[in-house]
Amino acid sequence: MRVAIVDESAARASVIHEGLAGLEDCEVSVITERRGLVARIAALKPDIVLMDLGNPSRDVLEEYFAVSRVLARPIAMFVDDSDEESIGASIDAGVSAYVVDGFAPHRIRAILDLAVRRFNAFARLQADLDDARGKLAERESVDAAKRILMKSRGLSEPDAYAALRKTAMDQGRKIAEIAQAVVTAHGLMGGN
Amino acid sequence: MAREFAIGFLPLVDAALPILAHEHGFAAQEGLALRLVRDVSWATVLDRLLYGHTDAAHLVAPLAIATTLGRGRPAQPLAVPFVLGLNGNAVTLRADLAARIAPDGALADPMAAGAALKAVVEQELGAGRRLRFAVVHRHSSHNYMLRYWLAACGIAPDSDVEITVVPPPFSADALEAGEVDGICVGEPWNSVAVERGAGRIVLATAQIWRRGVEKVLAMRQATLDTRREETEALIRALTQAARHFADPMMARENATILSRSAYLDGRADLIERAITDRLRLAQGTPPVHFPDFMFQYREAANFPWVSQAQWLYTQMVRWEGGAVDMVDAQAAGRVFRPDVYRAALLGTGEPLPGASSKVEGSLARLTSVGAQQGAMTMADNRFFDGRSFDPHEIAGYLASLE
Repeated sequence: MRVAIVDESAARASVIHEGLAGLEDCEVSVITERRGLVARIAALKPDIVLMDLGNPSRDVLEEYFAVSRVLARPIAMFVDDSDEESIGASIDAGVSAYVVDGFAPHRIRAILDLAVRRFNAFARLQADLDDARGKLAERESVDAAKRILMKSRGLSEPDAYAALRKTAMDQGRKIAEIAQAVVTAHGLMGGN
Repeated sequence: MAREFAIGFLPLVDAALPILAHEHGFAAQEGLALRLVRDVSWATVLDRLLYGHTDAAHLVAPLAIATTLGRGRPAQPLAVPFVLGLNGNAVTLRADLAARIAPDGALADPMAAGAALKAVVEQELGAGRRLRFAVVHRHSSHNYMLRYWLAACGIAPDSDVEITVVPPPFSADALEAGEVDGICVGEPWNSVAVERGAGRIVLATAQIWRRGVEKVLAMRQATLDTRREETEALIRALTQAARHFADPMMARENATILSRSAYLDGRADLIERAITDRLRLAQGTPPVHFPDFMFQYREAANFPWVSQAQWLYTQMVRWEGGAVDMVDAQAAGRVFRPDVYRAALLGTGEPLPGASSKVEGSLARLTSVGAQQGAMTMADNRFFDGRSFDPHEIAGYLASLE
């Protein structure tokens, strides 16, 4: 069975690829390029195409499926009344699936479930990464604000930090917010 | 407590009404909180609607009908209680092709340009080439308008030329790279192509059909049934937004709002051109005023005419093949819900037409028409080839087009 993963995010495509690699007699191809997409799909003749919902080429691919008789049978959006739940879960996860009409439903479900799990896992990884980046940025602005206070008011590092913390507590805001305000104000006043 | 409505949209100028209903507080006045969900393909806008990520969507009108009839995927009934606008698309050609079929500095005459294009098409065919045109979706008014124009000028859209699907944001690229010879797309994408010197605007779709239905507000029929009262509130909010959009004094402000990164993420000056019906046809030339290029409010433009849905059905049959099925024709007509529109606006100052269906393309001049509420006049609504569509004669109309 041939599966094509179409995703402009190479990182996410590889996470899904990895997830499907363990399946028996499953040949997985990844397409991340927008150009030549239809030609690649035509050459691969996949049984299943998985594509992220944010992919701008979805309408192009659907048009190809609509006009194409290259595949043994036309590919259809994977919606069958009995599969509503699976497809709903895949849309929630952010992946659309196109399947050759009449392909064994239990095999589709297994692949789709795996793909959904990998999509969700990738989304969590992304959220963790964004969170870590946010924390790093916060720490950087606190460090910058401390340096400004140490220089302009002659404070020691602990005192500079204490001043930020006290202001934050008095105003009911986060230290990072106060620090950012100090950095912004310093910039406005011509500091660097 | 405001009731939330999530509305999906593509970044196009005609997504304006839900965006402005939110930004100007018209939705809030009706007790609604709109959440706008931006996507980059009609397929995803539709999936989010069908699987409940959104409650309503900005959608190409034929796609709402195709989805209800189960063309391309298992049938799921959609309902259209409000039309988001008429026309607003254009045909942009590669500069050298444009020079062969259209006069400089003005929009072309559709009949004359079509005849000139036919000569080019035949010449190309003789040399073993077919011109390629891009549309945004097979179930789009762009596809139907382009095909209507070509066919009426003696060019067979499926054999004399090639029509392919290109997403709007890539249409200027495709034209520039020579992948296609022309595009039929909504704004701001024609203007983007012009600004990049990738092509010249030769026709507005409003020249092909003066009052052609374009984007609609689509909902799952089940959502409309369970949230009927809120849907009516939404229709009132969208009507306020439509009036605001059509006010020339507000064009700049509205263009600026639409240009924001959460919405169209584009140039406000290009968006303003579309809103004010003043398009720059070629790079470095002064804008040309073409009245009613976009038509979002007057003459009850937002009224979902059953006859418009059925005209779209005729084009679906015309280009996808198969015989006219009167059950499908009726089902297509029922996608448009004038009853909901009327209920929402009854007792407001908005005019409501007396009929829910009309002979499309039958008016040549400003005409007074029967109204359920207020006074209704309608202007020229002709097709460029002079045909009209009587929804009681669907099979006869289709036969006459062959």
